[in-house]
Amino acid sequence: MAKAAAKTKAAASASVERRPALAGRTLSAPGVKVEILPPAERVSLRAPQASVAALSKALGVTLPVKPKSSAAKDGRTALWLGPDEWMIIDEAGNDPLADCAKVTALHSAVGISHRNVGISVAGPAAAVTVNSGCPQDLSLEAFPVGAASRTILGKSEIVLLRIAADVFRVECWRSFSDYVFTLLSEAASDAAN
Amino acid sequence: MLLIRCPYCEEERPELEFRNAGEAHIARPTNIAAETDDDFEKFFFIRANPKGVIYERWRHIHGCARFFNAVRDTVTDKFVMTYKAGEPKPAKLPGAAK
Repeated sequence: MAKAAAKTKAAASASVERRPALAGRTLSAPGVKVEILPPAERVSLRAPQASVAALSKALGVTLPVKPKSSAAKDGRTALWLGPDEWMIIDEAGNDPLADCAKVTALHSAVGISHRNVGISVAGPAAAVTVNSGCPQDLSLEAFPVGAASRTILGKSEIVLLRIAADVFRVECWRSFSDYVFTLLSEAASDAAN
Repeated sequence: MLLIRCPYCEEERPELEFRNAGEAHIARPTNIAAETDDDFEKFFFIRANPKGVIYERWRHIHGCARFFNAVRDTVTDKFVMTYKAGEPKPAKLPGAAK
Protein backbone atom coordinates (compact mmCIF):
# COMPACT_ATOMS: atom_id res chain seq x y z
CA MET A 1 0.00 0.00 0.00
CA ALA A 2 2.77 2.35 0.96
CA LYS A 3 4.57 1.39 -2.19
CA ALA A 4 1.58 2.24 -4.33
CA ALA A 5 1.35 5.67 -2.73
CA ALA A 6 5.01 6.36 -3.37
CA LYS A 7 4.54 5.37 -6.99
CA THR A 8 1.71 7.85 -7.47
CA LYS A 9 3.85 10.63 -6.04
CA ALA A 10 6.70 9.79 -8.39
CA ALA A 11 4.39 9.70 -11.39
CA ALA A 12 2.96 13.07 -10.47
CA SER A 13 6.36 14.70 -10.31
CA ALA A 14 7.49 13.31 -13.65
CA SER A 15 7.19 15.61 -16.64
CA VAL A 16 4.67 13.43 -18.43
CA GLU A 17 1.70 15.43 -19.55
CA ARG A 18 -1.56 14.01 -18.25
CA ARG A 19 -4.22 13.74 -20.90
CA PRO A 20 -7.61 13.11 -19.33
CA ALA A 21 -10.09 11.29 -21.53
CA LEU A 22 -12.60 13.54 -23.27
CA ALA A 23 -11.32 16.55 -21.33
CA GLY A 24 -13.47 19.62 -21.64
CA ARG A 25 -16.33 18.01 -23.52
CA THR A 26 -19.72 19.39 -22.63
CA LEU A 27 -23.20 19.20 -23.96
CA SER A 28 -25.98 21.58 -23.13
CA ALA A 29 -29.55 20.68 -23.84
CA PRO A 30 -32.66 22.45 -22.59
CA GLY A 31 -33.01 21.37 -18.95
CA VAL A 32 -29.74 19.50 -18.57
CA LYS A 33 -26.02 19.96 -18.99
CA VAL A 34 -23.61 17.04 -19.37
CA GLU A 35 -19.93 17.76 -18.88
CA ILE A 36 -16.67 15.98 -18.19
CA LEU A 37 -15.38 16.82 -14.73
CA PRO A 38 -11.76 17.81 -14.09
CA PRO A 39 -9.37 15.03 -12.99
CA ALA A 40 -9.64 13.93 -9.35
CA GLU A 41 -7.81 11.59 -7.03
CA ARG A 42 -9.64 8.31 -6.50
CA VAL A 43 -9.04 5.28 -4.34
CA SER A 44 -10.74 1.92 -4.30
CA LEU A 45 -10.79 0.94 -0.65
CA ARG A 46 -11.57 -2.47 0.82
CA ALA A 47 -11.49 -2.99 4.55
CA PRO A 48 -13.13 -5.13 7.23
CA GLN A 49 -15.39 -3.64 9.90
CA ALA A 50 -12.55 -3.47 12.43
CA SER A 51 -10.48 -1.09 10.28
CA VAL A 52 -13.24 1.37 9.42
CA ALA A 53 -12.67 3.69 12.39
CA ALA A 54 -8.92 3.99 11.81
CA LEU A 55 -9.36 4.60 8.09
CA SER A 56 -12.09 7.19 8.68
CA LYS A 57 -9.75 9.05 10.99
CA ALA A 58 -6.85 8.96 8.53
CA LEU A 59 -9.00 10.06 5.60
CA GLY A 60 -10.77 12.77 7.56
CA VAL A 61 -14.14 11.58 6.34
CA THR A 62 -16.31 9.01 8.09
CA LEU A 63 -16.69 5.94 5.90
CA PRO A 64 -20.44 5.36 5.52
CA VAL A 65 -21.70 1.93 6.60
CA LYS A 66 -25.28 2.36 5.41
CA PRO A 67 -25.97 0.90 1.95
CA LYS A 68 -26.33 3.37 -0.93
CA SER A 69 -24.94 6.29 1.04
CA SER A 70 -21.96 8.61 0.93
CA ALA A 71 -20.15 11.07 3.17
CA ALA A 72 -18.33 14.22 2.12
CA LYS A 73 -15.96 16.59 3.85
CA ASP A 74 -13.50 19.19 2.54
CA GLY A 75 -13.68 18.13 -1.08
CA ARG A 76 -13.33 14.46 -0.27
CA THR A 77 -16.21 12.04 -0.77
CA ALA A 78 -16.49 8.46 0.46
CA LEU A 79 -19.02 6.35 -1.41
CA TRP A 80 -20.40 3.09 -0.02
CA LEU A 81 -20.12 0.48 -2.78
CA GLY A 82 -20.42 -2.74 -0.79
CA PRO A 83 -20.33 -3.98 2.81
CA ASP A 84 -16.52 -3.75 2.81
CA GLU A 85 -15.88 -1.59 -0.22
CA TRP A 86 -15.72 2.17 -0.71
CA MET A 87 -14.67 4.60 -3.39
CA ILE A 88 -12.88 7.71 -2.21
CA ILE A 89 -12.95 10.73 -4.53
CA ASP A 90 -10.78 13.71 -3.67
CA GLU A 91 -11.33 16.88 -5.66
CA ALA A 92 -9.24 19.13 -3.42
CA GLY A 93 -5.93 17.92 -4.82
CA ASN A 94 -4.91 15.92 -1.74
CA ASP A 95 -3.77 12.33 -1.94
CA PRO A 96 -6.15 9.91 -0.16
CA LEU A 97 -3.85 7.01 -1.05
CA ALA A 98 -1.07 8.50 1.06
CA ASP A 99 -3.50 8.98 3.94
CA CYS A 100 -4.52 5.32 3.73
CA ALA A 101 -0.89 4.22 3.61
CA LYS A 102 -0.38 5.59 7.13
CA VAL A 103 -3.02 3.24 8.55
CA THR A 104 -1.68 0.01 10.03
CA ALA A 105 -5.12 -1.60 10.34
CA LEU A 106 -5.86 -4.23 7.69
CA HIS A 107 -7.07 -2.70 4.45
CA SER A 108 -6.45 -2.58 0.72
CA ALA A 109 -6.26 0.79 -0.99
CA VAL A 110 -5.74 0.94 -4.74
CA GLY A 111 -5.27 4.17 -6.63
CA ILE A 112 -7.74 4.37 -9.52
CA SER A 113 -7.47 8.10 -10.30
CA HIS A 114 -6.64 7.53 -13.95
CA ARG A 115 -8.96 4.57 -14.40
CA ASN A 116 -12.10 6.62 -13.92
CA VAL A 117 -13.68 9.57 -15.63
CA GLY A 118 -16.21 11.73 -13.81
CA ILE A 119 -19.17 13.14 -15.70
CA SER A 120 -21.54 15.71 -14.27
CA VAL A 121 -25.20 15.63 -15.25
CA ALA A 122 -26.90 18.75 -13.97
CA GLY A 123 -30.25 20.42 -14.47
CA PRO A 124 -33.95 19.83 -13.88
CA ALA A 125 -33.91 16.91 -16.36
CA ALA A 126 -30.81 15.25 -14.87
CA ALA A 127 -32.68 12.31 -13.33
CA VAL A 128 -34.55 11.64 -16.60
CA THR A 129 -31.25 11.76 -18.48
CA VAL A 130 -29.53 9.25 -16.20
CA ASN A 131 -32.64 7.08 -16.12
CA SER A 132 -32.49 6.68 -19.88
CA GLY A 133 -29.82 4.03 -19.33
CA CYS A 134 -29.94 3.35 -15.61
CA PRO A 135 -32.77 1.17 -14.28
CA GLN A 136 -32.65 2.44 -10.70
CA ASP A 137 -35.41 4.48 -9.10
CA LEU A 138 -33.93 7.99 -9.02
CA SER A 139 -36.84 9.74 -7.32
CA LEU A 140 -35.74 11.83 -4.35
CA GLU A 141 -37.46 9.39 -1.95
CA ALA A 142 -35.54 6.37 -3.23
CA PHE A 143 -32.30 8.09 -4.21
CA PRO A 144 -31.94 11.17 -1.98
CA VAL A 145 -29.17 13.78 -2.13
CA GLY A 146 -25.96 12.07 -1.05
CA ALA A 147 -27.07 8.64 -2.23
CA ALA A 148 -24.38 6.69 -4.07
CA SER A 149 -24.49 3.36 -5.79
CA ARG A 150 -22.69 1.23 -8.28
CA THR A 151 -25.13 0.43 -11.04
CA ILE A 152 -25.30 0.21 -14.81
CA LEU A 153 -25.88 2.73 -17.56
CA GLY A 154 -26.77 1.05 -20.81
CA LYS A 155 -24.08 -1.57 -21.24
CA SER A 156 -21.52 0.05 -18.99
CA GLU A 157 -21.02 -0.14 -15.24
CA ILE A 158 -21.06 3.23 -13.50
CA VAL A 159 -20.93 4.63 -10.00
CA LEU A 160 -23.70 7.14 -9.49
CA LEU A 161 -23.66 9.87 -6.85
CA ARG A 162 -26.38 12.41 -6.29
CA ILE A 163 -24.68 15.66 -5.28
CA ALA A 164 -27.82 17.81 -5.27
CA ALA A 165 -31.47 17.28 -6.13
CA ASP A 166 -30.73 17.94 -9.79
CA VAL A 167 -26.99 17.20 -10.01
CA PHE A 168 -25.52 13.73 -10.52
CA ARG A 169 -21.92 12.62 -10.72
CA VAL A 170 -21.42 9.64 -13.01
CA GLU A 171 -18.13 7.78 -12.58
CA CYS A 172 -17.20 5.35 -15.31
CA TRP A 173 -14.11 3.57 -16.53
CA ARG A 174 -11.91 5.61 -18.83
CA SER A 175 -12.33 3.19 -21.73
CA PHE A 176 -16.12 3.37 -21.37
CA SER A 177 -16.19 7.15 -21.09
CA ASP A 178 -16.84 7.83 -24.75
CA TYR A 179 -19.79 5.44 -24.74
CA VAL A 180 -21.15 6.81 -21.46
CA PHE A 181 -20.77 10.44 -22.50
CA THR A 182 -22.39 9.84 -25.89
CA LEU A 183 -25.26 7.93 -24.33
CA LEU A 184 -25.83 10.69 -21.78
CA SER A 185 -25.62 13.34 -24.51
CA GLU A 186 -28.24 11.61 -26.62
CA ALA A 187 -30.39 11.11 -23.54
CA ALA A 188 -30.02 14.77 -22.60
CA SER A 189 -31.34 15.84 -25.99
CA ASP A 190 -34.25 13.42 -25.62
CA ALA A 191 -34.97 14.44 -22.04
CA ALA A 192 -35.77 17.95 -23.17
CA ASN A 193 -38.68 16.71 -25.25
CA MET B 1 -38.17 -5.98 -15.27
CA LEU B 2 -37.87 -8.08 -12.14
CA LEU B 3 -36.96 -6.42 -8.88
CA ILE B 4 -34.62 -8.51 -6.76
CA ARG B 5 -34.00 -7.80 -3.11
CA CYS B 6 -30.30 -7.70 -2.31
CA PRO B 7 -29.80 -8.69 1.35
CA TYR B 8 -26.64 -6.56 1.53
CA CYS B 9 -28.05 -3.41 -0.08
CA GLU B 10 -31.25 -4.05 1.90
CA GLU B 11 -33.55 -3.03 -0.90
CA GLU B 12 -35.06 -4.15 -4.17
CA ARG B 13 -32.92 -3.43 -7.20
CA PRO B 14 -33.50 -3.96 -10.92
CA GLU B 15 -32.58 -7.37 -12.28
CA LEU B 16 -30.06 -5.88 -14.75
CA GLU B 17 -27.67 -5.38 -11.83
CA PHE B 18 -27.69 -9.10 -11.00
CA ARG B 19 -26.14 -12.27 -12.37
CA ASN B 20 -27.22 -15.83 -11.70
CA ALA B 21 -24.52 -18.07 -10.27
CA GLY B 22 -26.02 -21.55 -10.25
CA GLU B 23 -27.54 -23.74 -7.58
CA ALA B 24 -26.93 -22.91 -3.93
CA HIS B 25 -26.02 -25.09 -0.96
CA ILE B 26 -23.70 -27.43 -2.84
CA ALA B 27 -21.09 -28.45 -0.32
CA ARG B 28 -17.62 -29.11 -1.66
CA PRO B 29 -16.31 -32.46 -0.44
CA THR B 30 -13.81 -32.07 2.42
CA ASN B 31 -11.45 -34.65 0.91
CA ILE B 32 -11.93 -34.29 -2.81
CA ALA B 33 -9.04 -36.61 -3.69
CA ALA B 34 -10.78 -39.53 -1.99
CA GLU B 35 -14.04 -39.02 -3.88
CA THR B 36 -15.13 -41.80 -6.15
CA ASP B 37 -15.82 -40.85 -9.74
CA ASP B 38 -19.54 -41.33 -9.20
CA ASP B 39 -19.61 -39.06 -6.16
CA PHE B 40 -17.52 -36.46 -7.92
CA GLU B 41 -19.86 -36.52 -10.88
CA LYS B 42 -22.80 -35.96 -8.55
CA PHE B 43 -21.08 -33.05 -6.83
CA PHE B 44 -19.68 -31.46 -9.95
CA PHE B 45 -22.24 -31.97 -12.69
CA ILE B 46 -25.57 -33.12 -11.36
CA ARG B 47 -27.99 -30.38 -10.37
CA ALA B 48 -31.54 -30.69 -9.08
CA ASN B 49 -33.16 -28.55 -11.83
CA PRO B 50 -36.61 -28.77 -10.24
CA LYS B 51 -39.89 -27.49 -11.58
CA GLY B 52 -40.95 -25.14 -8.83
CA VAL B 53 -38.98 -23.75 -5.91
CA ILE B 54 -35.23 -23.67 -6.43
CA TYR B 55 -32.40 -22.38 -4.20
CA GLU B 56 -29.89 -20.41 -6.21
CA ARG B 57 -26.81 -18.28 -5.79
CA TRP B 58 -27.05 -14.83 -7.27
CA ARG B 59 -24.54 -12.06 -7.47
CA HIS B 60 -25.27 -8.34 -7.27
CA ILE B 61 -22.45 -7.81 -9.72
CA HIS B 62 -23.29 -4.25 -10.80
CA GLY B 63 -24.08 -3.19 -7.24
CA CYS B 64 -22.40 -4.29 -4.04
CA ALA B 65 -20.77 -7.21 -5.95
CA ARG B 66 -21.80 -9.64 -3.20
CA PHE B 67 -22.97 -13.22 -3.69
CA PHE B 68 -26.18 -14.14 -1.92
CA ASN B 69 -28.77 -16.89 -2.02
CA ALA B 70 -32.23 -16.60 -3.48
CA VAL B 71 -35.32 -18.80 -3.47
CA ARG B 72 -37.01 -18.63 -6.83
CA ASP B 73 -39.94 -20.39 -8.43
CA THR B 74 -38.88 -21.69 -11.83
CA VAL B 75 -42.48 -21.84 -13.06
CA THR B 76 -43.58 -18.30 -12.22
CA ASP B 77 -40.03 -16.83 -12.22
CA LYS B 78 -40.96 -15.04 -8.98
CA PHE B 79 -38.42 -14.56 -6.23
CA VAL B 80 -39.79 -15.97 -2.98
CA MET B 81 -37.03 -14.56 -0.78
CA THR B 82 -33.32 -13.80 -0.66
CA TYR B 83 -30.82 -14.24 2.16
CA LYS B 84 -27.13 -13.68 2.76
CA ALA B 85 -24.49 -16.14 1.62
CA GLY B 86 -23.47 -18.58 4.33
CA GLU B 87 -26.84 -18.54 6.02
CA PRO B 88 -28.66 -21.90 6.23
CA LYS B 89 -31.54 -22.80 3.97
CA PRO B 90 -34.65 -21.11 5.38
CA ALA B 91 -36.76 -23.68 7.21
CA LYS B 92 -40.00 -21.99 6.23
CA LEU B 93 -40.65 -19.96 3.13
CA PRO B 94 -42.78 -16.83 3.46
CA GLY B 95 -46.05 -16.33 1.64
CA ALA B 96 -47.67 -18.79 -0.70
CA ALA B 97 -44.72 -21.13 -1.04
CA LYS B 98 -45.74 -24.75 -1.19
